[in-house]
Amino acid sequence: MKSGWSTVACAAALLAGCAGQGTERPASTSSTQTGADAPRSASDDPYPSTYRAYPGVVTAITGATIFDGEGGRIDNGTIVLADGRIQAVGGADTPVPEGATRIDGAGRWVTPGVIDVHSHLGDYPSPGVEAHSDGNEITSPVRPEVWAEHSVWPQDPGFSRALANGGVTTLQVLPGSANLFGGRGVTLRNVPARTVQAMRFPGAPRGLKIACGENPKRVYGGRNQMPQTRMGNIALMRQTWQRAAEYRDRRRREPNTARDMALETLAGALEGDILVHNHCYRADEMALMLDMAREFGFRISTFHHAVEAYKIADLLEDNGTCAAMWSDWWGFKMEAYDAVNENIPLVHNAGACAIVHSDDSNGIQRLNQEAAKALADGRRMGIDISDEVAWRWLGINPARALGIEDETGSLRPGKRADVVLWNGHPFSVYTRPQQVWIDGALLYDMNDPRLRPVSDFELGQPGEGDVK
Amino acid sequence: MIGLRQGFRLRQGFGGQVGLLMAAIAALAALPAAAQTVAITGGRVVLGDGSDPIDGGTVVIRDGRVAAAGAGVAVPAGATVIDASGKWVTPGIVAGFSRIGLTEVDAVDATNDVQANNSPFSAAIDVVPAINPQAASIAVNRAAGVTRAIVSPATGRSIFGGQGAVIDLGADMQPVTRARAFQFIELGEAGAQDAGGSRASAYALLRNAMREARDLRLPIGSSSQRGSSAADAPIEDITENPYILPDARRPEDVLLTRFDAAALVPVLQGRQLLLVHVERASDILQTLALKREFPRLRLVLVGAAEGWRVADRIAAADVPVIANALTDLPASFEQLAATQSNIGRMRAAGVHVSIGMINDDEARQIRVSTQYAGNLVGIGRVPGHSGLSWNEAFAAITSRPAEAIGLGEEIGSLRPGRRGDVVIWDGDPLELATAVEAVWIDGVQQSLENRQTRLRDRYRQPQEGALPHAYDR
Repeated sequence: MKSGWSTVACAAALLAGCAGQGTERPASTSSTQTGADAPRSASDDPYPSTYRAYPGVVTAITGATIFDGEGGRIDNGTIVLADGRIQAVGGADTPVPEGATRIDGAGRWVTPGVIDVHSHLGDYPSPGVEAHSDGNEITSPVRPEVWAEHSVWPQDPGFSRALANGGVTTLQVLPGSANLFGGRGVTLRNVPARTVQAMRFPGAPRGLKIACGENPKRVYGGRNQMPQTRMGNIALMRQTWQRAAEYRDRRRREPNTARDMALETLAGALEGDILVHNHCYRADEMALMLDMAREFGFRISTFHHAVEAYKIADLLEDNGTCAAMWSDWWGFKMEAYDAVNENIPLVHNAGACAIVHSDDSNGIQRLNQEAAKALADGRRMGIDISDEVAWRWLGINPARALGIEDETGSLRPGKRADVVLWNGHPFSVYTRPQQVWIDGALLYDMNDPRLRPVSDFELGQPGEGDVK
Repeated sequence: MIGLRQGFRLRQGFGGQVGLLMAAIAALAALPAAAQTVAITGGRVVLGDGSDPIDGGTVVIRDGRVAAAGAGVAVPAGATVIDASGKWVTPGIVAGFSRIGLTEVDAVDATNDVQANNSPFSAAIDVVPAINPQAASIAVNRAAGVTRAIVSPATGRSIFGGQGAVIDLGADMQPVTRARAFQFIELGEAGAQDAGGSRASAYALLRNAMREARDLRLPIGSSSQRGSSAADAPIEDITENPYILPDARRPEDVLLTRFDAAALVPVLQGRQLLLVHVERASDILQTLALKREFPRLRLVLVGAAEGWRVADRIAAADVPVIANALTDLPASFEQLAATQSNIGRMRAAGVHVSIGMINDDEARQIRVSTQYAGNLVGIGRVPGHSGLSWNEAFAAITSRPAEAIGLGEEIGSLRPGRRGDVVIWDGDPLELATAVEAVWIDGVQQSLENRQTRLRDRYRQPQEGALPHAYDR
């Protein structure tokens, strides 16, 4: 591994050396629990969300510029948060309930909380020591039975940075991309918690992480094991989907068929209960994956990393598949060589669903800045997108990709009150979140040091409670 | 849109300047590669030395150097005049710590010359022959206004990574500004690893190496013993280090190869900078303490994520720091106290600080230096944070790294006599929406075209046309 590569390696590229090799396992302390009551399908939820919204007060932000996350903009706007939900959004004449806490938003901007569809926070937490390397189960290229949520360390200090510096209120934590089938992803509320269950977004569908390209073939080809080539990737994926389809059919015919945790996840994806998130850089491979989805009857929600999405933006539009992209990461490996700064606006311009994602504990703190760079590059090549429309890349589009668009991702009345008040234009480099609400609870305030979450790991350490 | 085919990104509304700039581009197309006299007038001129911007200033580039910059500067007769009204004119960005030009695709080993894990050599390694001025990353970062970079090797099997250089990002085959500008070593967690497993071992190795260098004796009768120059000449000019001559005597129990030990002589003598990567506060203090033992060392700290905790000690030692701007996670146990206020707090304590990219996409993404500097301005508005003023933030990516590496008189500002590295921007260079409109390096106007702009133009419409995209050039 080359120096300077490690950040990307753990996230985007996942060199084998970055993934945990410490596979010693303590003896299980849990009793064997099977039987008639055992959950029977992917839609059952044996590790249910225990998340509860934290208390908030009725709050009205007035006089702000509002980007609603769906492409709308209100100048001199008012937004009212009550009972954890958005109660009203509108112009200066929007009624403010009596007794509401009023916040002067003049010269400030209001957006929905930022959503990151691709994070490894908790699975590759800080500090990035070997003992914490929990994002890739590199023991077989087919590991759909693992769940990213079972690796999430809620004490990862990265969650609080994403909140305070990035205004991130919702994120999907995915397994890595060393495997063709990496396992299930989980969508989290970005709140400090003792358990991952207390972070789980209630009702959010789970994801399935699958990967094309260099990573699986490098990891397993290096062991003289399938897949060693891209054709090996596809062959093993097809064989696996075929087994999943047969398993699904057999379970329908014979409900007492022995459960297979791996195939259960895949059957859930075939049935649409689990959303497919596909790590895939190259245009030609994305086109193959779209055909594979048709062959087996699943839908790909989103191509992640999608560095060459601009080459097949029309196909993405035709298939209703989103592309989650960086603004300008490139060149760290062969399949990231053909990056262009205009990837995101080019995908948007073709009518497809464009998303800005991070895959990185630093990048997640600046998704608004990444969107701003891409937007400006797009405009310079003549793609005229307004600021408020570009916010869809951070708002309703990622919400759609995660199947939570009825709950968050935009500032519609009735949705969860996931809101960021920025201390300037959120596409300026000089701007930071001033306050962040999750379900109407104020969980960050730059003016209040008590509203700076400090994880257990940071307690009693140098820099505890500092601005970060 | 006009200008795109020339690979020159003009913004709509550029209007009256188009003609003049197009003339400059035409001159570029017929590039004689010779520097011309250019006067850039009417722009907001930033000298890069931390001083206030000058509105309506003029920058004159002559014979490859900045002849004058500021208000009331006369336009020389015969100069090509470029109207930069409404634009910003600045020195080119200097990447404070990078590995640019050493790799094409990181994960393709054959293209990656950042480190040499299986080399028998360490300190003797010199990055110069590995630098590829035609690496895609050079053109990509040039298009974003980066004109010079400090390029460091990474360590392989030793705490010594070898000798780094300062380069330009020009579209020519002479990238080296200063060869062998510094030696790079690791003394924190990575150094402990390189040294066999502990920091204590890293220090033992370092002390031993310095003593082996000290104990190298020039052959009797060699030129430098007669008082002439090889041993005293600037290190970048020495083609054959006299300490590696075969009759230089050495004892039997040595760890370093003769070549490596000889490479450390100029470090020991204070004729070559020693860049030390450390992050933890205690590691920083240990590094500073080396000067007690080896008083002629000229140290530069690289990284220093916990520098703010010992900022007064760094300032008192008068040791410059090249730090990551936005590190704020305890990514390792040596960075527990990391905060984006690190640079601001060190600066406030009187430390000479620059922004670098230490283990942060430093081979390809030094173009985000402006974004990083802008963030340090932004945090100044967050209570409790220590940011940088705009002027100081811009200096942290231009003159400060130049000074840290000993080239403050050559690059990093528009003071008269500096290299003619000039950038015209369409707005505040630290802002995210701002683009580069023109770049000069050593007074030669540069192409802003690269693989990325070509791919963009090819796939403006993704659908194939009458012929496949492969025919679209």
